Amino acid sequence: MMTNKQPLSQRLSWLVPTLYIVFLLLPIYWLVNMSFKETSEILSTFSLWPQNPTLRNYTVIFTDPSWYNGYINSITYVVLNTIISVTVALPAAYAFSRYRFLGDKHLFFWLLTNRMAPPAVFALPFFQLYSAFGLIDTHIAVAIAHCLFNVPLAVWILEGFMSGVPKEIDETAYIDGYSFPRFFVKIFVPLIASGIGVAAFFCFMFSWVELLIARTLTTTDAKPIAATMTRTVSASGLDWGVLAAAGVLTIIPGALVIYFVRNYIAKGFALGRV
Amino acid sequence: MEKTWNNKAWFMVLPVLVLVAFSAVIPLMTVVNYSVQDTFGNNEFFWAGTDWFLDVLESDRFWDALTRNLIFSAIILSIEIPLGIIIALNMPKKGIGVPICLVLMALPLLIPWNVVGTIWQVFGRVDIGLLGRTLASLGINYNYVQNPFDAWVTLIVMDVWHWTSLVVLLCYAGLVSIPDAYYQAAKIDGASRWSVFRYIQLPKMKRVLLIAFLLRFMDSFMIYTEPFVVTGGGPGNSTTFLSIDLVKTAIGQFDLGPAAALSIIYFLIILLLSWIFYTVMTTSDAQG
Repeated sequence: MMTNKQPLSQRLSWLVPTLYIVFLLLPIYWLVNMSFKETSEILSTFSLWPQNPTLRNYTVIFTDPSWYNGYINSITYVVLNTIISVTVALPAAYAFSRYRFLGDKHLFFWLLTNRMAPPAVFALPFFQLYSAFGLIDTHIAVAIAHCLFNVPLAVWILEGFMSGVPKEIDETAYIDGYSFPRFFVKIFVPLIASGIGVAAFFCFMFSWVELLIARTLTTTDAKPIAATMTRTVSASGLDWGVLAAAGVLTIIPGALVIYFVRNYIAKGFALGRV
Repeated sequence: MEKTWNNKAWFMVLPVLVLVAFSAVIPLMTVVNYSVQDTFGNNEFFWAGTDWFLDVLESDRFWDALTRNLIFSAIILSIEIPLGIIIALNMPKKGIGVPICLVLMALPLLIPWNVVGTIWQVFGRVDIGLLGRTLASLGINYNYVQNPFDAWVTLIVMDVWHWTSLVVLLCYAGLVSIPDAYYQAAKIDGASRWSVFRYIQLPKMKRVLLIAFLLRFMDSFMIYTEPFVVTGGGPGNSTTFLSIDLVKTAIGQFDLGPAAALSIIYFLIILLLSWIFYTVMTTSDAQG
């Protein structure tokens, strides 16, 4: 009975992920479809593909500085944040994975609570804090503000990966006469390279998708693309075509990053604890 | 792993401590400061004690938003967790299908949250959206702008679309770590599909499921951007969740006192939940 049943259920099992992926791609397809249409076509005719494909919406974005600067701004603070988060998280994660010290458990818990803090709670105080330091509308302000949730996450992920490296490796290196910094950079970091990749991916992801804080802290010079999108309302009404094209362009960096880390995604989501 | 006692490890943690203290403790103290004071402008503040807290706790607005938020979290968890498990169980284990599935499924996770909102706002519109148009042509009266029920359905479907992949990827990570020998043993014993799931796959997924469950709970509990873009908290207040309510009070009305008190109550709820999360997770770590 078993042998008859299993092949059938196995043969049909591809249906489940396929249907799910179709469900995921439909709304994205609709956005891409819209991005190749003139706004007048979007509003007047309903069609599953563009009748008169046009690149006009993309041209608008790539020729208007207020649009393409949004992308440059977003990528600048996201990369800054990723570098800062991973750099400070590395030694901390090593400390948590190798040593016990006064208050370590409380500290780890306190770090985690910051990952759980609702950004809405922090939006207003952040504005006042960064105003006081004259950092409003700079990339570094957003990069540091996003550390609030990315640093704890990076520490957590890296700690998981580091705990998987046997302690004997550290001890052998010290016996061989390695100093701590040299051991850390030459031996330890290469060992957890995939963990660093995963941590960087997550920092990139959460900084890239966050808008509430990024929008609060910026006005013009560092305004993220996602915030620029909210002001597509012009005299002639909403420019749906340009809005759709801008949306499509925000999906691309994420898709590229996923492609590069595809083999580590699953492990990273389990935060190195599988 | 045996850890050595070394208080010098504090120096390694110091950069993180300074950075997070700057971006978490100082702003939090500002909030505490506002929550116990009142102002009539001109930067003059008066001690208000616990008045704001009592105001918030006695207002229907807070309890309504909290209830809505809890219902929303409960609904999306009861859909996303089982759905995620089913999809993960049916994913290919090897071959070209694996990277294709992973990349396509992770796609919604990396779309900026307000773009997710925009995508669904457009998708659901009756005049230009595929979903809205299709439903209308089927004779279903669907309008998320005016009908609270439709607004809720749209937000729930959107959240399922946005975040189920997180559950799928976590469960998949748990599943691929099960050695083949387990399945072979089950086959020899003639175990049914259900017992394989119940006694081999589910226990192995326990820990990742816990992470999935709690991450999804936390994130849905502080959801802001997506419903804000799609419904703006409406129609009426029917989709005003805690974060939306908080931003309305703090930045929309500039009622700093009540907003700060609300922030602290909100944060304490999250803190309590984080503590439960942490305790449950560390005990299960110790067990297995």
